[in-house]
Amino acid sequence: MNWDAVFTSLKLASMTSVILLVLGLPLASWLAFSRWRWKFLFESVVALPLVLPPTVLGFYVLTAMGPRSPLGYWYAELVGSPLPFTFEGLVVASVLYSLPFAVQPMAGSFAGVDRNLVEVSWTLGVSRLATFFRLILPAARNGVVAAVVLTFAHTMGEFGVVLMVGGNIQGVTRTVSIDIYDQVQELNYAAASRTSLALLVFSFAILTLVYWLNRNSSLWPSAGRR
Amino acid sequence: MSQGGTLHVSIKRKFAGGFRLDVAFRVETQPGSVLVVFGPSGSGKTTLLRCLAGLESVDSGVIQFEESVWCDTGNRLLVRPQHRNIGYVPQDYGLFPHLSVRRNIEYGISRSDRQKEAGWVDRLISVLGLQNLEQSLPGGISGGQRQRVALARALARRPKLLLLDEPLSALDAPTRASLRIELRRTLKELAVPAVLVTHDWEDTLTLGDQMVLLAGGELLQSGAPLEILTRPESLAVASVVGVETITPGRRVGRARGIAEVEIAGGRLWAADVDFQDDDVYVCIRAENVTLEIGSGTRSSARNHLPGTVSSVAAAGPLVRVTVDVGFKVQALVSRQALEDLGLDIGSPVAVSIKATAIHLVPR
Repeated sequence: MNWDAVFTSLKLASMTSVILLVLGLPLASWLAFSRWRWKFLFESVVALPLVLPPTVLGFYVLTAMGPRSPLGYWYAELVGSPLPFTFEGLVVASVLYSLPFAVQPMAGSFAGVDRNLVEVSWTLGVSRLATFFRLILPAARNGVVAAVVLTFAHTMGEFGVVLMVGGNIQGVTRTVSIDIYDQVQELNYAAASRTSLALLVFSFAILTLVYWLNRNSSLWPSAGRR
Repeated sequence: MSQGGTLHVSIKRKFAGGFRLDVAFRVETQPGSVLVVFGPSGSGKTTLLRCLAGLESVDSGVIQFEESVWCDTGNRLLVRPQHRNIGYVPQDYGLFPHLSVRRNIEYGISRSDRQKEAGWVDRLISVLGLQNLEQSLPGGISGGQRQRVALARALARRPKLLLLDEPLSALDAPTRASLRIELRRTLKELAVPAVLVTHDWEDTLTLGDQMVLLAGGELLQSGAPLEILTRPESLAVASVVGVETITPGRRVGRARGIAEVEIAGGRLWAADVDFQDDDVYVCIRAENVTLEIGSGTRSSARNHLPGTVSSVAAAGPLVRVTVDVGFKVQALVSRQALEDLGLDIGSPVAVSIKATAIHLVPR
């Protein structure tokens, strides 16, 4: 096992999950509760990474980060080094690529909270924001946990985007999935097999956890809702 | 607690499905008084309540309670539900499933006020008989208990007005009857005015001080409940109300499931109902009243009251006959029966009613 690659992957997945938790909560609640007529456009944009080839996403992210784009130029001026082929660049790309895996489960579980309860909370003088933290978030917590876990797992398995944006720098941007590709290129099938099996078991365990969390769509089945 | 005030509502709202709500009324409220919004399902009564709560917007109109204007489309004013100072209880109570009974009740009290209001919350808990349930979750308590928790939660912020959406409809009949009386006692004791939505005339008689009657999104009649239920202004009101004869009485004896009730002009035997108060309303549906001429007929019906016919009115294929027996009783009979008996206004006649067809409601 290339433990450097494992560590890079875990670090990338953790940071992506935390960032998407913070960004995903407001975005998902907006998608769940807004009645804006053009909302569907944003829903499509959020879902885009699900269907886009990673190379396409990676290409655009790379171009946007490059020194010729205003964004990339501005970043390089500010930080002192350009984004492409760095770990930070990889995090930015991962956040974009895993966006639907965080936002969609959250938005779904927010929308599933009984509207009646939300309205009662308002009539009890509790603001919309406070209602979100005191009522909606606890009621939708399984969806939020599922979102974080799925984001983590999806980032662990990223390949195309990582290769496009991060390059393949040992200890910096070489993740587990790229390591497998390298091992196969070197005809080191035994190593590739071990790493692949590890990723397979990991992914299966994560998905089992998510489906176990969601085994009941209702969190409190005996709560007397009719 | 508030002294008397005025609830002024004049609102219009058109819904996408074609339903229109167009209601205007002005009602004086007292501490502990209850305005009943009565109507069949689809009449718009819940929508009206939601407009009062600020959960539903209106196309045009004004809502004002006491000094506070909650909504005035002319001045582009719309107060959010958070700032209306109301206690709202939706039809299925809307208890927060992840919070204990006590946490539910305290939900609307800000953290900094919890200490100060602990005594008030304790009083609500004891008035509503929830002492042993404080740590239970809503999923583990009965329907009647849930209703009381929802009521306590709505009262915890000391609202100026309570809004109750069919608070008793989710309960089974025996629980309903006892909770109805308990609800009236609680509202009087805590002296908060309330608006109560229902389609049940027993709720209306027992709880209502005033009443507005809605059908098809429009206000049909408003006034005292007894007035509307016994003297409907129109056929539409009469058909919505569903009980034709209501008269005050006093229960003077009870034996073997039958109550003896003193009424204007005599005594009646009625199916007994288990409640403390002996002041009752006697309620009789017109289809349960039989007309007889002459005496000496043997019948299983316990009540035979002599009187005279005071009016005869067509009601579709049937005829609605009003008989004065000391109070007015309505009977619904077929045209053929009326002709066979040869009845007309002024004719002497006796009404016959089974004891089990007479319904007692606490007054």
